[in-house]
Amino acid sequence: MTAWSRRAFARTRDEEPGSCFPGQPAPSLLLSGRVKIGSATIVGPVALEVRGGCWTCLLGPSGVGKSTLLALLAGVGDHVSLEGDQRAGDDAPLAGRVALMAQSDLLLPWLNVLDNVTLGARLRGERADMMRARQVLDRVGLADLAKARPATLSGGQRQRVALARTLMEDRPVVLLDEPFSALDAGTRARMQDLAAKVLAGRTVLQVTHDPAEAARLGQEVLLLTRSGLSRVEPPATSPPRAFDAPDTLVFQGRLLRRLLEV
Amino acid sequence: MRRWLNGLAGAVAGLLAWQALIALGDLPPFILPGPIRVAQALWANVLLIAGHAVVTLAEILTGLVLGAILGGLSAILLAASPLARSALRPMLVLSQAIPVFALAPLLTLWLGYGFWSKVAMALLIIYFPVTSAFFDALVRTPADWVGLARVMGARPAAVLLHLRIPAALPGLASGLRLAAVYAPIGAVIGEWVGAAQGLGYLMLLANGRARIDLMFAALIVLVLITLSLHYLVDAVCGSLLRRMST
Repeated sequence: MTAWSRRAFARTRDEEPGSCFPGQPAPSLLLSGRVKIGSATIVGPVALEVRGGCWTCLLGPSGVGKSTLLALLAGVGDHVSLEGDQRAGDDAPLAGRVALMAQSDLLLPWLNVLDNVTLGARLRGERADMMRARQVLDRVGLADLAKARPATLSGGQRQRVALARTLMEDRPVVLLDEPFSALDAGTRARMQDLAAKVLAGRTVLQVTHDPAEAARLGQEVLLLTRSGLSRVEPPATSPPRAFDAPDTLVFQGRLLRRLLEV
Repeated sequence: MRRWLNGLAGAVAGLLAWQALIALGDLPPFILPGPIRVAQALWANVLLIAGHAVVTLAEILTGLVLGAILGGLSAILLAASPLARSALRPMLVLSQAIPVFALAPLLTLWLGYGFWSKVAMALLIIYFPVTSAFFDALVRTPADWVGLARVMGARPAAVLLHLRIPAALPGLASGLRLAAVYAPIGAVIGEWVGAAQGLGYLMLLANGRARIDLMFAALIVLVLITLSLHYLVDAVCGSLLRRMST
């Protein structure tokens, strides 16, 4: 059992129904209502439900408000307001249980890889666990680059560092905002495999506009369009699915067709 | 290299035009001396000018260091505390409406004819550019970084120290580049109002005695000091910033 699951257990022993990983206490997320900027409604009304311990893909065209929903869940949606309700399935506060990874890696250029990975501890005024940071770096395949500056890394390597920083935070809920969309196809596929492996068991909500990505990674796939939120049943196989498996490709086609319909 | 050559060619052309103006216009040396005469005055008085230049340089450097420290700390205080911001910022802007030149006689009255009234002038003239450039950068930390820090549960003081200040250092650097050019102005104004030494004092003295060639010689040395200081600060800041990110 990892550290976060022990911490989460201390908070609640209730296992939530519908979890993808029975026995894992990663909470589900619920958000319902309208999202507004000032008096203009930009999303909604929606009822978003993210199952605990599952990898959920939130798919939709650009500008439909996917990232805004994610920002609300992360607690950084300052410019938007939610007219409705937002909570974790276990009713404990979400603050301190969420990690965030965005399309931009957000690495600090003046810190080396190891210091970027341990940024969270430094910002909280805690002692960084360097041993664990090195283990996490090893896990994402960057053990040799611990002392390198971000400017010397490739785009794929930089996103690996961002993933390592996310893992280092060790939170039961992980929010991903198109983290792989700026990578080339091969690097993206490898990053998807890696992320699916290292984040398994956590509640993951990934915003993406790529049907292929949703078809590979989603245990749940939600489609957000102007007409609202709908659920699309993914293949029964467990992610990461082979990108060239027939059911992955058929599902990818179905998703694209749904995106074209609206 | 090519840019240097072009610059050199431009300077030579300017000097030739200057000399030609003297020769053709038949201007007396106590109105406008030619470049050759100025060079002779510089050579003949090199020790005198150097002695005064050292005094002015010391005033400039002291003012620059103190102004950079004071301006940097002020910017951090303003960025860290909304209370300080609302209380001090209007005053800071108001203080800029007062011409620094008008304060020079006061500073001489309060701090005397010596070194510190000139340092105070240099400090006053660079304080606002440094504070303002650094503060603007401190409040413009990329929102995504600030959001990430918030999700991580960061403490505000740690965000300031580990995120906002390092991210704002390029802003501080542009403030310091401006300061390197402004500080000599402050020191010389101080010397004009009342001094017994320094390049500003020497220029005023030479002017009063119709030694325009000596005045120009002192002016050239002042320009050289200002340019060297600007390029030095630029090079040091640039190299530090590059080393910070690669």
